[in-house]
Amino acid sequence: MQGMALTPAAPERARLSQRLARRGFDVTTLLLLPALLFVMALFVYPAIYGLWLSLHPMNGGGALANYINFFSDAYKYDTIFTTLKLAIPVTLVNLLISVPIALRVRHMRYQRMLTTILIIPVTLGTVLTAQGMLNYLGPLGWFNRVLMLLGIIHEPVRLVHDFTGVFLSQIVGGFPFCFMLVLSYVTGIDPSLESAAAMLGAGPFARFRHIILPLLGAGLAITFCLAFVQAFAVFPSAVLLGAPSGPTRVIAIAAFHAAYEEYDYSMGSAVAIIMGAVQIIVVMLVMKASSLLYRGPVAGGKG
Amino acid sequence: MTISAKNFRELRLEGMRRDFGGMNALKDISLTVRRGEFIALLGPSGCGKSTALNCLAGLLPLTGGGIWLDETRIDHLKPEERGFGMVFQNYALFPHMSLRKNIGFGLRMQKLPREVIDAKVEEALALVRLTKQADKLPGQISGGQQQRVAIARAIVVEPPLVLMDEPLSNLDAKLRLEMRAEIRRIHNMIGCSTIYVTHDQDEALSLADRIVVLRDGEMRQVGTPHELYARPAHADVAEFMGYRNILKAQAQSHDGARLRMRVGGAEIAGCAVEATPGRDVIAAMRPEDLTPSDSGPIAASVVSAEYRGRDFYGLARTPEGLELWFRSDIAVRPGEALRLGAPAERVLVYAGGAA
Repeated sequence: MQGMALTPAAPERARLSQRLARRGFDVTTLLLLPALLFVMALFVYPAIYGLWLSLHPMNGGGALANYINFFSDAYKYDTIFTTLKLAIPVTLVNLLISVPIALRVRHMRYQRMLTTILIIPVTLGTVLTAQGMLNYLGPLGWFNRVLMLLGIIHEPVRLVHDFTGVFLSQIVGGFPFCFMLVLSYVTGIDPSLESAAAMLGAGPFARFRHIILPLLGAGLAITFCLAFVQAFAVFPSAVLLGAPSGPTRVIAIAAFHAAYEEYDYSMGSAVAIIMGAVQIIVVMLVMKASSLLYRGPVAGGKG
Repeated sequence: MTISAKNFRELRLEGMRRDFGGMNALKDISLTVRRGEFIALLGPSGCGKSTALNCLAGLLPLTGGGIWLDETRIDHLKPEERGFGMVFQNYALFPHMSLRKNIGFGLRMQKLPREVIDAKVEEALALVRLTKQADKLPGQISGGQQQRVAIARAIVVEPPLVLMDEPLSNLDAKLRLEMRAEIRRIHNMIGCSTIYVTHDQDEALSLADRIVVLRDGEMRQVGTPHELYARPAHADVAEFMGYRNILKAQAQSHDGARLRMRVGGAEIAGCAVEATPGRDVIAAMRPEDLTPSDSGPIAASVVSAEYRGRDFYGLARTPEGLELWFRSDIAVRPGEALRLGAPAERVLVYAGGAA
């Protein structure tokens, strides 16, 4: 009788650490703590604080006053579209040039040297790139001078202090990032798959269309999201190379304007929150669309 | 509708060469493959057999020589223009396509009508016995099944030539035997020519009509499995074909092809493969042919023995330190002294010096 009474109690005797381990928590899980702390301090706290700030308008008028103000002023809400008009084409162009270059580079012998050259623009930083472009592409820069010398144009082409300038600088700054990501996805695809497709009669275009592209799809979507978020937050080049009160008045400028020129931190935070919301919406749309794509392994069988 | 190979008479390799940098990976490979023939390219790793296959496939350009399909020269054609089938070592199935789509890929590239494609794919699925799994993705089936899909995908386009690159090396021993029979069955059924790369001489012996032994990019011997098994032309081929005992010996007396020679302290009889082997020779013996008997000329003691069910395989050492692999019907124990001997016609003698 005693024995029977003991049996059901036995499972509860398992130690707490054992029960946690069964659910996937053990001592190594503790190694997450520093990173978690970091994320809390540098991301979660500022985001929540920003949201809280934005809901306490400087001039009163209810919690949503800043948001109502933003969306009722065309000069403010147009910045969303201005930024989208810049960020989406920039991201697409960067992706579109990254793919063919990555496909070519993966077969090259001096791959490392080429990648180094391609990622130099990243190390230069936005401001230096913008400075350089101001000089080279400006009305008296060598680009216009050479074209005029050759008689191709008679007046300098307007490339800076305009949409084009920001666009070009975003390409220069964003391409390396895009390229490195795409290259890693491309090299992940087993080269024997392409050989197999060739043996079955698929020419280069068919191989790209039926093998590479579907296997790259999910990776391209992620690259798009990351590059888009980067491009959407454009600020220095929009100010230095663009027309910050006209065609390149991006949303980051609106936030800066509210916070540091009108000293309305609450409004500035509201703009920042709206900016984040737009980014999240775009990223979610892209990820939703990419969930329709194949997202399994990209190897051709047992290795 | 039945899947059957496109008609042709023969595939000719004429002095096929491939260099990588300064290294000759393939030297003057010349071979004629008849329609319906099963050829095994056999050799140790690094012998150039995969290079040869890739050159045939068009995945690697030649650096010399030519490849002819009947009267058409094909070595300048791209892989997609040659119309050969290929089974890759890692199968290279398209991971994002169902088995049905994988198998139908080549037919879709030929822009055949849908009904034709569907009918042929169905037939190929039946041929490799995978009809029930047809809508799964490659990642959802076992290695052996993936292998069968790879074969079905290669043959459904009815290629004159099917190239196989160590297709069984990723499978376990039992499955390997089953797939071996399967590959030969499919080959016979569709009547294509098959060139099969392997480093496993059992596979080559059991599958091939003719075996090509490669070493360091050179063709060492071409022959039927029986010719290669019974009479390897060179000592290195013999070693590779299972003649595990390769011994230095001194010829004593000749009687036609028969000769007597000294190996260590013993005198044994053998058959010369090369016309005049000279004085320093190499004697090659299979462990299966070297057995203990009272009249055996070689005295040795057992170093180790392995039980194989029907018989025992062991390693023995002579007083001079020669190591010999042998077979025995009765149990042997390490330390035991015995006398070993082999029938003279099973001891092959080659000119020495090299090994």
